[in-house]
This record gives sequence, structure tokens and C-alpha cells, in this order.
Amino acid sequence: MTFQEISEILKQKFETAITAVKAEVQPDPYIIVEAKSIKEISTFLRDDESLSFDFLNCLSGLDLKGKLATVYHLSSMKHNHKFVIRIEVATEQPNIPSIESIWKTANWHEREAFDMFGIIFDGHPDLRRILMPYDWDGYPLKKDYQVPEFYNGMKVPY
Amino acid sequence: METVLKTSHGRTLRTEEMVINMGPQHPSTHGVLRLELVVDGEIVIDVIPHIGYLHRCFEKHSEHMTNYQQVIPYVDRMDYVAAMNNEFSFAIAGEKLLKIQVPERVEYIRVIMAELQRIASHLIAIGTFGIDIGAFTPFLFCFRDREKILDLFEMTCGARLLYNYIWIGGLSHDLPPEFIPKAKEFIVDFRKTIKEINDLLSYNHIFIKRTANIGVLPADVAINFGCTGPMLRGSGVNWDLRKNDTYSVYNKFDFEVCVGKGEFGTVGDCWDRYMVRVNEMEQSLRIIEQAISTLPEGSISSAIPKRVRPNPGEVYGRAESPRGELGFYIVSDGTGTPYRIKARSPAFVNLSVISEISRGYMIADLVAITGSIDIVLGEVDR
Amino acid sequence: MGLLDKQFEDGNIVITSLDNLLNWARLSSLWQMQFGLACCAIEMMAASASNFDMMRFGVIPRATPRQCDVMIVSGTVTLKMASRIKRLYDQMSEPRYVISMGSCSNCGGPYWEHGYHVLKGVDRIIPVDVYVPGCPPRPEALLEGLIKLQEKVRNYSSVKSVA
Repeated sequence: MTFQEISEILKQKFETAITAVKAEVQPDPYIIVEAKSIKEISTFLRDDESLSFDFLNCLSGLDLKGKLATVYHLSSMKHNHKFVIRIEVATEQPNIPSIESIWKTANWHEREAFDMFGIIFDGHPDLRRILMPYDWDGYPLKKDYQVPEFYNGMKVPY
Repeated sequence: METVLKTSHGRTLRTEEMVINMGPQHPSTHGVLRLELVVDGEIVIDVIPHIGYLHRCFEKHSEHMTNYQQVIPYVDRMDYVAAMNNEFSFAIAGEKLLKIQVPERVEYIRVIMAELQRIASHLIAIGTFGIDIGAFTPFLFCFRDREKILDLFEMTCGARLLYNYIWIGGLSHDLPPEFIPKAKEFIVDFRKTIKEINDLLSYNHIFIKRTANIGVLPADVAINFGCTGPMLRGSGVNWDLRKNDTYSVYNKFDFEVCVGKGEFGTVGDCWDRYMVRVNEMEQSLRIIEQAISTLPEGSISSAIPKRVRPNPGEVYGRAESPRGELGFYIVSDGTGTPYRIKARSPAFVNLSVISEISRGYMIADLVAITGSIDIVLGEVDR
Repeated sequence: MGLLDKQFEDGNIVITSLDNLLNWARLSSLWQMQFGLACCAIEMMAASASNFDMMRFGVIPRATPRQCDVMIVSGTVTLKMASRIKRLYDQMSEPRYVISMGSCSNCGGPYWEHGYHVLKGVDRIIPVDVYVPGCPPRPEALLEGLIKLQEKVRNYSSVKSVA
């Protein structure tokens, strides 16, 4: 199915939850949905026979300067189609429900997004830092991140 | 959890679980992986992987490069045993974003390089897997033949390990004239090596005992965890991006997708994952043979853009690396500097399933399981 | 048998200084700590495998720091890993030597500028004897580094210096 068809189905089913359909973005268009309904939408996408998105390729954090976003790249092995969903939240309150229970791939990817951007995934069973040390301050991939001068007595900048 | 055991003399023994660390300095964690094991005697109750000991800030660096082509050396260093495949994947994403059509000769050379690199990478995987199990000799055989592939790369682009060869829109160098005869020679030689590896390792009784029925990964779990590559195919799922989401010129070649069949145990055990790699090397040879015999003439640099400046937009480009689906999510804001590049690394995703498939096995089996996942920590941590 | 076969006259007596003897023993059996960090580890593996055969210099990989003489820091040292490397170095028995292999462990390499999690040179935490440049260095370069280390060991003197 094409992006148009899938977004039409979603629009009919979850009219209020979809904030925008960015069909003009090239080459991979996406839809923006509300954070609170991501679990519902994900379950539908996975379980619906004609869609059956059984595979979460990638979950990325994104800093949009003032807003934080997560991007979900989904694909279906059965029908061989793809879809992209984006959620945008305010930097001050970056809470997004976790979809770990739907696709286990999300487990580590959500931890990574938390580690790098500070996005908090509500309902995640084990939301710890994954790449950076547990006692690290700040979220390195944010655009306004300042590298600390020292970490545990070791100089960080060159 | 505390359990009470009765001995044959009627005495009670109290046992309790113990937490031990494996890594980050451990000869069979393939780099700097740390596994926190909860064990009951020799039996693994739970595995908690700790990663990030090689986090080299790839994504931050790519946001500071002034040109997309400058990202490629960093892409090389992600999965350092399969640098060509990384570049290939990144070039696919970049070309999709820029809407570039590359010349056919470039595509053919890329396929040849990617498949040679796949063999080289699988050779390391097989060799080190053998060491993990306790067989040292196959490692020497594997490295002997890997050097031949590296020689081919070296004569093409001058580097042994990290090439910076595949650029967005083209290649850095054309093939030298002596490449084709050398590659043909290699194919003939390497067929013998595959047989040697099979005789030495694959059908070795001890090896089978150590790997069959160990670390069984059922297909539905593999899909739900997002496993790809030999991990997924070992579980019997016929899924290869070269066939299922075909890119470059892979649709012109005739090759099979190897899947695990559970010959000596259950489908999806360590032996199946290992055997998928061995069989894939044979298929790669077939692809290289076909590509060499039909290699078209043409320019290799005509489509390289003078200045990479994509329109605002975003793309997710993916390709089949030796470890699975390697994807790049690129967000462009219209300038020459990438706004955000996220790498979806197959080893990162494949590793996340380790705690699921190693519960209930012995610690020695865990070594086999880690080896069969074939992680490269540079890619896990990026 | 080999080099020393049928070489001695007069009842197997060789006269040399203790320094020479100790240094000769040390430099011909530099046991290496088997632990790879990053890309350079693959080249280190290649150096110890069939084509380059590091063992002919007496370099045998060992898995524990207690048995090792030389630590080859092969690859990027991150801040998370740095404390472990320091601890492993401390666990090695003296005399101990360090080869820093590759640009990353020499000075941060390609990650010097924006690598917020990369230690810019392993010499910030442990002393280094030999630096091998390259990204990654070829196995031949690593062997050259080893020969340089052997030279250094050969020139060492255990004699207490008298002022």
C-alpha cells in the first residue's frame, strides 16, 4: 500500500489523533500524531490484517529546537510496505508513551532516545541510559548541548 | 530467588543466585561488551547487557560536517569489519535524498565490493566464533583468505580496512586492470576454502554438540525484536533486503537466500545462524561471478554532485549489511550540513535479543550465543 | 634447536652482563594482553593471524592482565572505558609496557573535535611507551611498533644509578 492509502485508513479510524499529514515531504512522507494515542495507533497498525506492520525498523529521537520528536519507521514483512510516524512534544514536557510492549525493538531504541535527547517514555520497563555512563549529565544530541569540561577527573575537550 | 535442595544424605543445601560480570575486557565478548549475568551455579538465569563502551559520537559528528561526503569516513568506522557495506548503505540513503541516478558501472562495482566485504566479514565472524567454541585453527584459515580480499580492496582504493571508497553518486577510484583476473583467481581459491571450513568446523562433532540446540531464537520473537540478517534467516525466515526490497542492481543477479533449516537441532539455534553465514559466502561468490562477467563500461564519477545540498526533507535508506538491515535516517534542512543522521545498526538491534535467548543455558553456551549473534561493538555503540 | 645449536664451546658458558640477559629474556617474550577496543583490534587480530604472525616476536595473547607484559591499546578509548583500562593497567605486573595503536588512542583521532565521549589520547590516563600512527595502522606498522618497544627494552639498565 502507498503512503496515501495508509494515511487515509488512519485518518478515518483516528481522526482526532492525527495532527498533520506531511505528504509533501520528500522522499519519505510522514504523519504527525498526538503522543497520547501512539499506543492505540501502533496496536492497530500491527494487528490490522491489511496493514500488519510487524516490523519496527527504527525509532529515532530528533531535536527540532524548541520541540522534541520521535520518528517511527515501520515496515511490514507480509505486504512489503513502509510507513513513517512522527510525534512532536514540547522540550519542557517530553513525555511519550512507550511502545515497548508492541514491538520489542523499541526497548533499546527508546532507551537510546532517552539517553541522547531526554525524551521520557512513559511505561518503559527499564528506562536507563544505554550508551552514556549512568552518571553523565545532560543529553548530548540536543542542539544546545554544552560538552562538560571534566568527567570523573578526565578532561573532555581536546 | 533462594532454593532449598536436599542431598542424598538428607541434608539441606541452600543455594542462591550470584551476579557476575563478563566483560568489558573478555576474550569472547568480541570487543567491549559487558554482560551482567545472574547465575545459579553454571546456569544463566538472566543476562543484562551493558553497552556504550565504544560510543564514539557518530551522530554528533555527522551534524557538524559541512558536506555529506565528509560523513562517509565516520560511517566506515561504525561497522569496521564491513566498511564497504556501510558506505553502500549511506550512499543509497544519500542518493535517495538527492534523487541521483548513478551509472550502471558504479552499481556493478559497488555490488562486487559489497559482496567481497560480506565474505570478509563472515570470515571474521566464523573465525572468531570458532575461537569462542575452542577451535583455533579455522581462525587462521579464515584470516589467510580474508587477506586475499583485503589485497583486492587495497589495489582498488589503497586501504585495507576503512576505505572511503563508495561516495554519494559514485566511487573514489575505478577498478585497476589487474582487479578482474585477481578476483577470478580468488573465487576459484575460495570455493576450496569453504569446503575446508565445512570439513574443519561446520560438521565437526564437537562443534555441533556445542552449538546445535543452543540459543534457540523462534521466528516470531526474532521479528518482534527486529532482528535482521543471518540472525533472522537462521530462524527460518526468508527475508533478505537484497531480494525483498531490492536495491542497486541485485535484481539482475541470480542467487538464493539462505535460511536455517535446523539440520542438527532446532531451527534458529547457534549452528543454524553459523551455517547461514557459511552458505551466504557461496551465494556472494555467485553474485561476484555474475557481476564480473557482465561488468559494463562507463564513467564512475559522472554522477558525483559538485556540492551536496539536498532540499529540505527526510529519508530512510536501508541495505543488507553482513549483520542485517543497516539503515540511515537522514533529515536535511536544505543546507550542506546534515540536520540529523541516525544509524539503525543491525548489531544493536540483534544484541537486544540476547537476554531473551540465553536464559536457562550454561555460561559456556552464552559464549556460543554471543559469538553466533556476530556483534561489532563499533556498530552497537556507534 | 636452531640459532643456538652447536654454537657454544667450552662447556656451555657464555659471559654476559645481567642487564643483557634480563633484557634479552624480557624482549623476546613480550606477552600481550588480548583485548581489542575498536577498528584497530581487527588489524591487531590480523597481525596475530596467519599472514603476519606476531608470535614470531614472542608476542602471545593472554586473556588476563596478571600474565602480561605489554598492553596494546587498540582503538578509541571512551570515557566509560577509561577507568577499566586504568584498572587493567594497574593489575599488570611490572615491568609493563604500553603500545598505543592508532590515532584514536594516540590523540583522539578523527573524534578529537566533537567526540564528547572520547578520551583524547590514552596517555592522559596511563603512560605510553610506543605510539603507532595510522587510522588504522597496518599490521606491519604494529610490528614495527613492537620492534621499537623491543629496542627500548634492550637499552634498559637495572643498575642503580649512583650520583
